[in-house]
Amino acid sequence: MFKILKYSFFDLVRSRWSYVYLFFYLALGFVLLFLNNDLSKAVITLMNVIIILVPLIGTIFGVMYYYDSKEFTELLLAQPIKRADIFLGQYLGVAISLSLSLLIGLGLPFILYGLFQSTAIWDFVLLLVTGTFLTLIFTALAFNIALYNENKIKGFSYAILLWLFMAVIYDGLFLMSLILLEEYPLDTFSIGATLFNPIDLSRILILLKLDISALLGYTGAVFQKFFGTGLGFSMALSALVLWVVLPLLNIYRKSRKKDF
Amino acid sequence: MIHIENLYKSFGKNKVLEGIDLSISEKGIFAILGPNGSGKTTLIKSILGMVIPDNGTISINGNSIKNKWNYRNEIDYLPQIANFPANLTVQELIKMIKDLRNLRGEDQQLIDLFKLSPFLNKKLSNLSGGTKQKVNLLLTLMFDSPLIILDEPTTGLDPIALLHLKKLILQEKAKGKTILITSHIMSFVEEMADQIVFLLEGKVYFKGDITALLTQTDEPNFEHAIANLLTKQNV
Repeated sequence: MFKILKYSFFDLVRSRWSYVYLFFYLALGFVLLFLNNDLSKAVITLMNVIIILVPLIGTIFGVMYYYDSKEFTELLLAQPIKRADIFLGQYLGVAISLSLSLLIGLGLPFILYGLFQSTAIWDFVLLLVTGTFLTLIFTALAFNIALYNENKIKGFSYAILLWLFMAVIYDGLFLMSLILLEEYPLDTFSIGATLFNPIDLSRILILLKLDISALLGYTGAVFQKFFGTGLGFSMALSALVLWVVLPLLNIYRKSRKKDF
Repeated sequence: MIHIENLYKSFGKNKVLEGIDLSISEKGIFAILGPNGSGKTTLIKSILGMVIPDNGTISINGNSIKNKWNYRNEIDYLPQIANFPANLTVQELIKMIKDLRNLRGEDQQLIDLFKLSPFLNKKLSNLSGGTKQKVNLLLTLMFDSPLIILDEPTTGLDPIALLHLKKLILQEKAKGKTILITSHIMSFVEEMADQIVFLLEGKVYFKGDITALLTQTDEPNFEHAIANLLTKQNV
């Protein structure tokens, strides 16, 4: 698997898009810091960008890489290599190079700005951790979509739909159900609904860490009560880990049965 | 060496293999023939584990290949359509395949034979079809495995390269290997093959050497005998 990972990774490192992505984050980091002139504020703005953009890039890059490396995959399949290793290696190649772009692209400007002397360092670390999780999650979901769809156009459409659903539509449905069911106690429901969407989950985690959950009113208090405790926080983290592991298991399962 | 029993495979409604029974125990060159869409490539890909059969077993050297990958160490495979990662150079691709197989590979000799040295630093996407096929052959034949599977090896080759290819195949045969070939060039098959396996409608319709084929079909030459088998399909 590590050999496949190595080749996929170097293939991606040489591709133009990884650099575009890296420079975008570098630029974003520097611009935000110089506009805000304040680390904590920059972290909040950054959160809004990361929560939406990272999943989008992860899904698009994931599907694109899968379809693009079809020839490579077919070549590998005839070699004495375990099937699951081929796909997991390629997945890790994409996910790691994207995560590195994120970590370096945002890390560099913040470190130069004096992150280590700042109190916002843990907020920033949490931001990067959730960003990395989102990359891992959405790249895995993208690989799943691509494995199930031979047709490129279909695969791309499903990937975009998935992102749109998780990033936008889910919140709408969530809010609507809150309004419709307002006569009932909704604490468990809203916490459950958050766990089912990695984007929402990441947003809540960061908001709580930033201590601005008061903005969320009653719901914020409920979340604070739940996620603020050690148990809640570890549950949220486990949910994120599950969001990575389950799609990966499915990649493993599906790749064993697929014809090429 | 290869033992296939009751192999079934369909893609959606399209039934490709419908109960293939085939046993290849001897050394030598076996030609797998059949009309377009008769399942030649599917059969080969099933042996390689790229296509997962719906039913039936394939065993190589007595061991079932289901969910295994190690046995591919014993196989050199030439795919039908040479699809390579576009942004690699020929040299890098050769190095990568050697690294993945953990073998040294005798590539220099084949590079000289097919006169590939001017292309070594070119990207694969810039090569002509014939040159790609030469690279494809090089990647397959640089290793020394006991089983060689060639899917349409003659595609796009010029006459000189074709001569080299025939010589190479005979050399490998002389080393005591089993070689499976599919081809649509009947003269090539007639010249090279020791045994013919003819697939029709997803089954093995004929297996035997060329003389047996001629007697069975009562035709004067090989090309007519194959045509005879093909027209029978329409009766």
